[in-house]
Parts: sequence; structure tokens; C-alpha cells
Amino acid sequence: MIRHGSRRWLIAALVAAFAVSWFSTRFNQYYLGIAIDVGINIILAVSLNLINGHTGQFSLGHAGFMAVGGFTAAKLTLLYGESLYPFSLIVGGIMAALAGLLVGIPSLRCKGDYLAIVTLGFGEIIRVIFQNSQFFGAATGLTGIAKLTTFFWAWGIAAVTIYVIAGLVNSTYGRGFLCVHDDEVAASAMGINPLRYKVTAFVIGAFFAGIAGALYAHHKRVLQPDGFNFIKSIDIVVMVILGGMGRTAGVVVAAIILTLLPEVLRSFASYRMIIYSLLIIGLMMGRPQGLFVWPIFKKNAKN
Amino acid sequence: MMLEIKNLNVSYGAIGALHGISLQVEQGAIVTLIGANGAGKSTTLRAISGLARAKGQILYQGKDITNLPPHKIVAAGLSHVPEGRMVFANLTVMENLQMGAYLQRDKSVIRTTEEFIFSVFPRLAERRKQLSGTLSGGEQQMLAIGRALMGQPKFLMLDEPSLGIAPLLVKTIFEKIVEINKTQGITILLVEQNANLALEVASYGYVLETGQIILEDKSDALRANPKVKAAYLGGM
Repeated sequence: MIRHGSRRWLIAALVAAFAVSWFSTRFNQYYLGIAIDVGINIILAVSLNLINGHTGQFSLGHAGFMAVGGFTAAKLTLLYGESLYPFSLIVGGIMAALAGLLVGIPSLRCKGDYLAIVTLGFGEIIRVIFQNSQFFGAATGLTGIAKLTTFFWAWGIAAVTIYVIAGLVNSTYGRGFLCVHDDEVAASAMGINPLRYKVTAFVIGAFFAGIAGALYAHHKRVLQPDGFNFIKSIDIVVMVILGGMGRTAGVVVAAIILTLLPEVLRSFASYRMIIYSLLIIGLMMGRPQGLFVWPIFKKNAKN
Repeated sequence: MMLEIKNLNVSYGAIGALHGISLQVEQGAIVTLIGANGAGKSTTLRAISGLARAKGQILYQGKDITNLPPHKIVAAGLSHVPEGRMVFANLTVMENLQMGAYLQRDKSVIRTTEEFIFSVFPRLAERRKQLSGTLSGGEQQMLAIGRALMGQPKFLMLDEPSLGIAPLLVKTIFEKIVEINKTQGITILLVEQNANLALEVASYGYVLETGQIILEDKSDALRANPKVKAAYLGGM
């Protein structure tokens, strides 16, 4: 989808995000807030797709990395002022990437279900650490975070995330991720070091998850460790599976749909989550290969 | 000597797969390792290419490569075509070949190797844009061999290239193996269940049984050996 003229595509997306953001005061603030949610979820889903989809390593720890980025960035702007916001996004990303490295090196020796359990455990450990850290506000978390995430930041970074990850997977180096996914033994026999690729995928995925967490912190203005439990991780996994593992375009659409769906269903009040769950079950039974995988997507779909 | 294995032991957990085997492969030769299912043929190759942990000594051109990580062994010039082909199903034929040249940086070398592979396997050239998961078994085997050749190996290990392939194609593939050996001077260690075919193309053979080498000789002598005839050549 974005192999040709991809840089032009990125610039167009950034300009569009900026333009929408410029007029954002005229929009209904409720809808604008949801639009920013969508942007953040795209970043989360596309970055998790690098790990779970392209590289084929089932991770359930994405919310943990999001928490690391969110708490780091929020603490930074709370302590040193709002002007540090762009910087705090990057620091949040880097801290999450470091967490990804720390988690990745030991746990990526496990495969499949075992890896899922190990990453789930690590995600929970991260959450519990925040819950017990006075510096990060313990169980109440952080409040009074400045509202700095605009439509431009959320969607601009979403565009950059898609650009970087799709570009990476399509590069000669990045084909290694797909090879590790398809067959680790054959990949080793080609001179590829699978562990290095897996850790790289983890670190890059965690980096963007950390940025998403930082955006989230400055969007919601309140951060609670409880918000980053494993259910949050599973929400992101569902976006990846529904979109079709390893299909960036599909995952983006799934992230949009699954963010909007609970909002659309709000009028059903307490039945909302039941309907939401039933819809997901139905979609999975109808299209187990992912919503947006069909032959015309085949060649591009790996983007 | 291209490859020299001394007293190699491999176990999977508590179960021993190889019990002190020793073998030698001369430069430029085709040597075969024959034996029944579970004899340890594939394990031997896996140990050489660093995919299985081994005790003992594996010398490649005089250097000890025992238990080096697989990517270092590939970089040294040993290529392994694993059993069951294992092409990257979600990549095209061309992309699979490019992955074979993962450690090769020189573009012109890559291009000439590609041309050579397409001349050996014209079928791959016809299907270069096709997803490799949709190729037939024989074509996937050709691709797996071609992909291994992209790394410009000096030493090629083939694990059961005849497995699950139409008999007519098996013959073609074995002819190609000989051609690769002759024209490129690549030394080949061939693992096969089809002992007849393997001994036809190889100059020297080892017979492996439950993790031990029970016989070794020139191929012609092995083919004439009554024991081998009875056990591996259909008792002719």
C-alpha cells in the first residue's frame, strides 16, 4: 500500500493531521477526544503487529510498555513543565524500549503459548511496580497531567509509526522478521540470527507503545496503573488478530473499528460490552484469517 | 580435508541421538550419509550447522566450529538445506532467494549467483514472483537448494532432497545436485533415505544405524555389500 512514494504519503498524512488539528476548536470536543483515542490505538495496534504479526511472537505485554512510556512522560511534564512535552514523548518511548529489551532477552527464548504467558507476567509485574511506587503516585497514579495531546500529535505519530514499521518490514533487513515468522530453523540456516530479530521487534514495538502511552497520559490527564492491566493488552491483541496478523492496512482499520464500536454502542448502556464481545466472536468465526485479508490485499497486505 | 568430525555425540534431553560418530568429507566430493528413519542423519547435519548442541569435535577446513551459533557457521561457508524444504511461504520465490544472500553484501555477486541458479532451475525463473508457499513440493525443494546456494557456500548439506517429491522430479534434482558439485566445485554432504539414488551420485558413503556409523566405504563397494543390499537397497 505504501511501498511507492511512501515518503510523499507520510508528508500528506502529517499535513492532513495538522490541518484537522488547526480547526479542532470548531469540532465537538467529545468526537475529537474519540478521534485522538483512535490515533493512539492505531499506534498501539501497528506496533504490536510488528511483534505478533510480522515476527510471529505472541506477546501479551503491550499494556506494560504503554504504562512505562505513559508514567515516564507524565512525570517529566509534571516535574519540569509543559514545554518538555515533545521530549517527554521520546523519553517515554526510549524507556519503554529499554523495558522491551529487558523483557525480550530472557523471555524470547520461549515460544508460542509459553512466550504469551511470560510476557503476560512481565506486563503485570510492570503494572504492580507502578502500583507500589510512591514516586509514580502508587495506586492512585498521576493526576493533573497537562492536556497536550492534540489531534496532530496522535495522528501524526500514528502516520510515522505506520511509515516506519511498514518501511522496515519491506526492507531487505526487515524481511528477516517475516523469515523468523515463517520458519526459524530455515532462517538460522540462512545466517539470520532469530533471537536478534525477535528482540529487535520487541524493542521497536515497545518504543512505539511507550510513545502511545505518553500521548495517552497527556490526553486523559489521569494515569492509573489499573488502566494498564492485561485486559488492555488483550484489547490490542484483538485489534491485531481482527485486522489480520501481519497486515498493516487491516490492523489500522481494525483499530479504528474497535475504538469506535464501544462508543457507538454506548446507548445500549450495560449491554454494551456484551454486544461488543458478541460482535468480536462473530467476526472471528466469520473471518478467522482477519477482517481485511483477501486476495487483492495479498501482495500489498504485508505492508 | 573439508570437514572432519571426531567422536560426535548429540542428545535430545535424556535420549542420545548420536553416539560418537566420526566422518570425513574431502574437498570437492559428494559424500552421502544413509540410514533408516531415526538413525541420526538429520541430527548430524543439525549439529554441523549449529542447530543442535553437540559434544565432540567438528573441524571445517581445519578450524573448530563445534557449537558456534548457526549464523556464524553460515558465514563460514556451510549451508544447510533443512529437511522438509522449509521455504518462507509468505515470501515470493525471488524474495526467498534474496534472503539466501542475507550475508552477501556485493550486489553483482548476488546477481551472478541468481543467474546461475535460474540456469540450473529454469522453473524458478518462471515463478519468480509467485508466493513460494504455492509451489509444488519439487519446486520448493529447488527453491530451498537455490536459496542455500545464494549464500555462496563452499560446503552444502542436503537433508533428504527426495522426500515427498514426484519420482520424475527426484531424478532431475539429483542431476542438478551433481551439476552444482561439478561446475561450482561445491562440496556436498547428502543425507538420504533413498540409498540407491544417493550412492549413485556420491563417491563415498557412510551407513548410520541408531546413532552409530556401522559401515563406510566407496559408494561402489557399499552398493556391492550384501549387508547394505539387504537392509537399504531393497534386497536386490
